[in-house]
Amino acid sequence: MGRFFLIATPYFWLLALFLVPFFIVFKISLSDPDIAIPPYVPNLNWNEGWPGLSDFLTQLDFENFGFLLTDDLYWKAYLSSLRIAVLSTFLTLLVGFPIAYGMARAEPRWRPTLLLLIILPFWTSFLIRVYAWIGILSTEGYLNQVLQFTRIIESPLTVLNTPTAVYIGIIYTYLPFMVLPIYASLERMDLSLLEAAEDLGCSRISAFWLITVPLARAGIIAGCFLVFIPVLGEIVIPSLLGGSDTLMIGKVLWEEFFNNRDWPLASAVAVVLLIVLIIPIILFQRNELKQREAEGS
Amino acid sequence: MRRLTWFNTTALTFGFAFLYLPVVILVVYSFNSSRLVTVWAGFSTKWYFELLQNQLFIDAAWVTLRVAAISSTIATILGTMAAYVLVRSARFYGRTLFSGMIYAPLVMPEVITGLSLLLLFIGIGLDRGLVTIILAHTTFSMCFVSVVVSSRLANFDRSLEEAALDLGCTPFHAFCLVTLPNIAPAVIAGWLLAFSLSLDDLVIASFTAGPSATTLPIRIWSSVRLGVSPEINALSTLLIAMVSIGVITAALISKRNLLRQN
Repeated sequence: MGRFFLIATPYFWLLALFLVPFFIVFKISLSDPDIAIPPYVPNLNWNEGWPGLSDFLTQLDFENFGFLLTDDLYWKAYLSSLRIAVLSTFLTLLVGFPIAYGMARAEPRWRPTLLLLIILPFWTSFLIRVYAWIGILSTEGYLNQVLQFTRIIESPLTVLNTPTAVYIGIIYTYLPFMVLPIYASLERMDLSLLEAAEDLGCSRISAFWLITVPLARAGIIAGCFLVFIPVLGEIVIPSLLGGSDTLMIGKVLWEEFFNNRDWPLASAVAVVLLIVLIIPIILFQRNELKQREAEGS
Repeated sequence: MRRLTWFNTTALTFGFAFLYLPVVILVVYSFNSSRLVTVWAGFSTKWYFELLQNQLFIDAAWVTLRVAAISSTIATILGTMAAYVLVRSARFYGRTLFSGMIYAPLVMPEVITGLSLLLLFIGIGLDRGLVTIILAHTTFSMCFVSVVVSSRLANFDRSLEEAALDLGCTPFHAFCLVTLPNIAPAVIAGWLLAFSLSLDDLVIASFTAGPSATTLPIRIWSSVRLGVSPEINALSTLLIAMVSIGVITAALISKRNLLRQN
């Protein structure tokens, strides 16, 4: 009895508030928009019994998905989000790996402090950390002030409201997600393996590629997924730092929902985004469970 | 490994400079007396006073704190239960689905979670407000709690619990008297994480909040879309200071406990 209660409580909570809502999104993506409350038709009427249900089902169609395919805006937004997500994941790895490596090879007594310094921004408001860059990157901003003062440039650079600003914002806010898993896997690594490789005639650089990188693989994979998946649906960063030409699908969904109030179309955008993400999410879970088992055994 | 030290030092210096410089600039310029945020015109604390007189921000702060306190507490209870199930129950019907529902929200883009929850609330006719934000925040933060707690639980020596059961404890008592004190640091860390996630969330709250309940991030969002403002710099500084004090205190306490145990 106690065991049933223990399993059932979180289980049903997640079923009701995580899984069931997805089916509702799917159902509404098949509806048509309407000027009403709620702003879509048809609505299932339980009082009419079976005729009501069949009437309801025949009114559902894939029209919204057809619209997503034919209208340029949407598939361009999907492709542009994918490109931004892939490139920014790679750049975050490029910036994050040396930091994780430096932390893992630092003297043990410094490691807790370094770890705290990486975790601290993670606890600070995401919105504020993105906002901080507006003042830096704007035309009269601190970056241009410094560059002009030091005579590196003559006229101010336009960085804010460009894709570059979006990349900077993503790398900045998602860096802890990349550093932490890589640090965890590097810190566990047995350093005598490197000595053994060098004794056997391996150069320092090939020892790095042949031993350190493969041993950090699980951490690198986890870090990349932790950046790639949320970035694909990112909305805050492109809205605050990107210009009107930075298309991202999360922003399109947001505008479709809040500005155009086209709930069925917004739902269709969400369904397609979820389909795109389902494979990365499953791969991420596999990687996590494999790591768990490796730790447990 | 000595020869690589210069590389490590450079990587750490640049890495942490990149992470902290924007925040430091933000904090410094919150004490700027000019309304023009990017031009320094002398030290002043006037934006803090203006902020404290802004009723909209104060109301939003109260809503945010209430939501965070309630949702993180429920999330900690549910998340700890879920962690216990994940670590201790090797098989039950639908276990794969269960672990999937724990891990998926960790990476699920917030727009999808927010939209789906809103459509659920509309579908069952629940008015948007404090309750809907609390339900939404509890759902995603319980998953973070359960991941934090389950890694601690996996390292906990199960035989201690079995000993308590052999000596006549009920499973519930064994959990409260033996397991819980041992996993307490992770449970507290989970609560803090859930609290800060709730404090921080903009996207999901925007979908699930109604006109009756506006959280602080929603307020900040509608203000920063118009550009940089000194009041927001002051507010950001206050929030950063709060979080930093909290995290550093927690770290110091856990370090002291560790030293005491050794």
